[in-house]
Amino acid sequence: MGVALRKSAQWTAAGYGTRTLEITPLNEAILKEIMMFVESFIYKHPQEAKYVFVEPLEWKTNLDPSAFESGYIVSETTVKSEEVDKDGQPLLFLSVPHIKIRSFGQLSRFLLTAKDTKLKEAQACIEANRDPVTKILGLDYNAMKDDTSVVNILDKITKDGDPESEIKMKLGMLLKHLDLHLLNHSLKHISLEICLNPAIVKNDIERLKHLSGKGEQTVLESIDYTSDYEFSNGCRAPPWRQIHGEICYVVVKPHDVETLCITCSAEGVFLNGGKTDDEGGINYERKSEIYKDLVTFLKEKSAKFLENMSKQDVRFSEEWDKEKELNEAPKKEEEPTLQKALPASGKSVLEKNQINFGKSQMTKRLEPSLNWKATVDFKDKNVLRDTQEERHGGKLERSGPIVSPGRAQLVRKSAEKIEEIISESSSESEEDEEPPDHRQEANADLPSEYWQIQKLVKYLKGGNQTATVIALCSMKDFNLAQETCQLAIRDVGGLEVLINLLDTDEVKCKIGSLKILKEISHNPQIRRNIVDLGGLPIMVNILDSPHKSLKCLAAETIANVAKFRRARRAVRRHGGITKLVALLDCAHNSQEPAQSSLYDARDVEVARCGALALWSCSKSHVNKEAIRKAGGIPLLAGLLKTSHENMLIPVVGTLQECASEENYRAAIKAERIIENLVKNLNSENEQLQEHCAMAIYQCAEDKETRDLVRLHGGLKPLASLLNNTDNKERLAAVTGAIWKCSISKENVTKFREYKAIETLVGLLTDQPEEVLVNVVGALGECCQEYENRVLVRKCGGIQPLVNLLVGINQTLLVNVTKAVGACAAEPESMAIIDRLDGVRLLWSLLKNPHPDVKASAAWALCPCIQNAKDAGEMVRSFVGGLELVVNLLKSDNKEVLASVCAAITNIAKDQENLAVITDHGVVPLLSKLANTNNDKLRRHLAEAISRCCMWGRNRVAFGEYKAVAPLVRYLKSNDPNVHRATAQALYQLSEDADNCITMHENGAVKLLLDMVGSPDQDLQEAAAGCISNIRRLALATEKARYT
Amino acid sequence: MNRKKLQKLTDTLIKNCKHFSKFEVNCLINLFYNLVGEVTERQGTTIGLDRNAFRNILHVTFGMTDDMIMDRVFRGFDKDNDGCVNVSEWIYGLSVFLRGTLEEKMKYCFEVFDLNGDGFISKEEMFHMLKNSLLKQPSEEDPDEGIKDLVEITLKKMDHDHDGKLSFTDYEQAVREETLLLEAFGPCLPDPKSHMEFEAQVFKDPSEFNDI
Repeated sequence: MGVALRKSAQWTAAGYGTRTLEITPLNEAILKEIMMFVESFIYKHPQEAKYVFVEPLEWKTNLDPSAFESGYIVSETTVKSEEVDKDGQPLLFLSVPHIKIRSFGQLSRFLLTAKDTKLKEAQACIEANRDPVTKILGLDYNAMKDDTSVVNILDKITKDGDPESEIKMKLGMLLKHLDLHLLNHSLKHISLEICLNPAIVKNDIERLKHLSGKGEQTVLESIDYTSDYEFSNGCRAPPWRQIHGEICYVVVKPHDVETLCITCSAEGVFLNGGKTDDEGGINYERKSEIYKDLVTFLKEKSAKFLENMSKQDVRFSEEWDKEKELNEAPKKEEEPTLQKALPASGKSVLEKNQINFGKSQMTKRLEPSLNWKATVDFKDKNVLRDTQEERHGGKLERSGPIVSPGRAQLVRKSAEKIEEIISESSSESEEDEEPPDHRQEANADLPSEYWQIQKLVKYLKGGNQTATVIALCSMKDFNLAQETCQLAIRDVGGLEVLINLLDTDEVKCKIGSLKILKEISHNPQIRRNIVDLGGLPIMVNILDSPHKSLKCLAAETIANVAKFRRARRAVRRHGGITKLVALLDCAHNSQEPAQSSLYDARDVEVARCGALALWSCSKSHVNKEAIRKAGGIPLLAGLLKTSHENMLIPVVGTLQECASEENYRAAIKAERIIENLVKNLNSENEQLQEHCAMAIYQCAEDKETRDLVRLHGGLKPLASLLNNTDNKERLAAVTGAIWKCSISKENVTKFREYKAIETLVGLLTDQPEEVLVNVVGALGECCQEYENRVLVRKCGGIQPLVNLLVGINQTLLVNVTKAVGACAAEPESMAIIDRLDGVRLLWSLLKNPHPDVKASAAWALCPCIQNAKDAGEMVRSFVGGLELVVNLLKSDNKEVLASVCAAITNIAKDQENLAVITDHGVVPLLSKLANTNNDKLRRHLAEAISRCCMWGRNRVAFGEYKAVAPLVRYLKSNDPNVHRATAQALYQLSEDADNCITMHENGAVKLLLDMVGSPDQDLQEAAAGCISNIRRLALATEKARYT
Repeated sequence: MNRKKLQKLTDTLIKNCKHFSKFEVNCLINLFYNLVGEVTERQGTTIGLDRNAFRNILHVTFGMTDDMIMDRVFRGFDKDNDGCVNVSEWIYGLSVFLRGTLEEKMKYCFEVFDLNGDGFISKEEMFHMLKNSLLKQPSEEDPDEGIKDLVEITLKKMDHDHDGKLSFTDYEQAVREETLLLEAFGPCLPDPKSHMEFEAQVFKDPSEFNDI
């Protein structure tokens, strides 16, 4: 890994103090690869893992001593590994915060212990040990760079015949492999990232040219193209090289190293073979790594460049961006002016460079028009031309023959350019006027709407109220739903005017402006522009207006604009949520006399618009909370009682969004909203039905809500909506509601009554995934009951369910495995599943990357193994299946671990399988899990241990792997299930005398005695059995002592 | 004016005015006499607000500025065309001006905009009314070009029968589509703010005008 680390890893620019790894995707990828290598090392190469490093790897760790578990001697501030070298020194020694590790085995274990922080630890390790290979293998092995040295070392080994050297050699090879792997890997990354184009390269080179020259302060002595000819695509490489992505070749002479001949290609920048003897030929072969750009490359190659560059860096990077925007001419212009000064004045080299890099130049460049005035007076024009001509001669002498023609050309071109501009430029303001002119030319083929809109915007800007209103009304007649018009309004500066109008006192103008904004804000770009122009605070203020139609329009526009996060936040920050919630209140005091104003709207309309805006805003977390705090829920609940569909949709929509929050669900229950949701399920409007079902889906996480849905008769309409499968969105919402409702047993009974289960089975095919997820989820819940399992089987539901096991959607897989598992609880269904090869499919899902799927699949396997005929044989028939299960015990996920323990419990019922998993090392893995506080895991782990005791000397092995003492502690848990499983496990373990001693030492007897008093018979029995085993041992010892 | 006479006047005027309550009519009558000032009523002469007095009210109370429009509003009030607004014209005019239905207001506005009273708003009339509506830009060669263009835009928007002028039908249709066009050629109705202020002042505290 040495080379990879040196070359590929992106270290922070040189500097002072220790270098650190930059946080880049490439570095992260390298670190991950190294971590994977180290972590798996202990398993893949157990022999080499024991090898003791020549020097320890040392770094500062953040890991706490308490994180270390078995195998370490832990004190407050130090940790020593139990594993030691020949001299008895521990292989891992941690004295907070310094850690020293001397073997791969310990490194592996350390990373496993570090868990979440392992990336950081690995980074710290690599940063502190810049050359890990040397430390691991010693100096001579690191030098093993080419084949000859390998041969030498091989010789040495065979001569020595020393087994340690052999291991060392093997390690060396392994590291070499890793190195290669890393290089390839990082190359992939680099090639992904870099894509240079001729413009960028040209720009880079131009820049560097400016910073080059003689003297101490410049970054380079010279930089030049090898070819003057530039193809129309901007490349200078010959066409047959261009197909390799090469752009141009440059010859660079840094201050401190030899002349470099560099290839700039689309992939990056690298050193080529240099010039060949024949005229202009280049050896194109790559001789170095690929760098992302010229500057990076040169920084790497030349220390002087790096040094001088870092001085320039700040300015450089700023200028780099700015320069792109500036027009070409001044850039070229400065060159002659600067150089003009050089031969004429003959100033010292140092001064020249000051001119080159002085701030004055930079500022000058930023103000091209000033520059013109200063340098190019008509009087001076001749002088300038003279000096240029002079310089042509001088130039040729100074620089090399290859370079000068290009330079000369450039100079001539720039001279012409200057003249051009002199004749054109008349005033400084030219630049200000230019952009719009330019745009008009460029957009000559714009649609006629563009020009009309531009004209209207002109009248908006320059008209009084009357003209403004006419212009607004006319603008409204354009097809504002069309993007051309939307963007035209923006491009001619209409948005600013429209938003400014909102800030005036003219009600009519505000209305007209909002009417347009409301329409064009359907366009996502316009929304962003409106927010950027500060439109939202103004609209929020309008919500306070006494004119209801203004309120409506403002709320509707906000509803459109607040479709993205920043906008929603802006609405909230300016107090919009409270005002919008206040709009909802209008519907209550609807008795107020109708105003004769023209700008009046109905109260219901105001509330509707308010709800619409809140709906948009409620997509963000904090806003939901703000709506609740502003007292929105009772108002929404009140509006829900009305019968206007237009109103109900945004209201229910808002509720549905908000119901994802716990607080809301409680409030929804309290405000008796469920009743109205159920009522609206019966509405005619599909969208309303959809949102109601969605809201129920969200709320029905809660048991009481599920009961409420049933009590208000919501299950029947849900079941009947299942029959209408045309509207997929609604179907997804309805099936979702059914899924969540069916978590309650009583609801399932009702659904069966309404024949919903049959319909659900029918929906298992030909539906989009969103629907499938919910349908399968619902079936999974329903199948917890025997009758329904039979029903699903009779309707032919097993086959489609098993078919879904091959999907890729994680949520769907979790639900499907659950449903299949539920069905497997019934032997007849199990037979079908078996016949369809469902168990194999479930088993293969154990390999799914998503832990939820793994866990769910493992849970589903339990009933399968329980109920399959000839389960032992079936399990054995899956090649590699048992090993897979055992290896899952290495997972980090508690749910996966618990489910796998449960599966192992079932697998171990078969003696032969138990033997196999024992061979795969199930005992140490289970023992390792013993230190846990998770009751679910404890229970299944204890069960698994108890089962696994039934084979060979596993009982003893559990004792040896220190599983007994933690198990005793389980008895202090509050979960009776844990007690039972633990007592049974202890009973099994107590058959071994040593375990009895451990149990006794850990105070198991007293705890077990309490358990004997439990009403649970199994627990009683197991506890009593265990005590009797311990007692018997004690008696036997006593007897032995006295006889 | 004595109470009895006021009572009688109120009773007659309330009949052809459905937007005001009796109290409100009362207040407005009081306001009217207050504005007219102490002129003894003689047989044969009408008491009323002449053009200048009326324009002054429009300007001060309702914030109108456009001379031409104010003139037209006066004519709109002065139904009998005798050069002054008498008390019944005052009440009737204000009922439309302040509380009119959309139909009444459309009729009123159209009359205001139809400068020559020929039943059409012609291009020339529009030009006349809009001529001050755009900021004059010195750069433009023809300063009236913008106005002409604005007239064209308005015609395009409102002239549904394409005869180059607006009939009442055209106008009505356009306003029904877009209420904002009610005062298309200039503000001839009170703006909401001064409207509310006026009503609040007149109807809330009638004693102020009743101190004669």
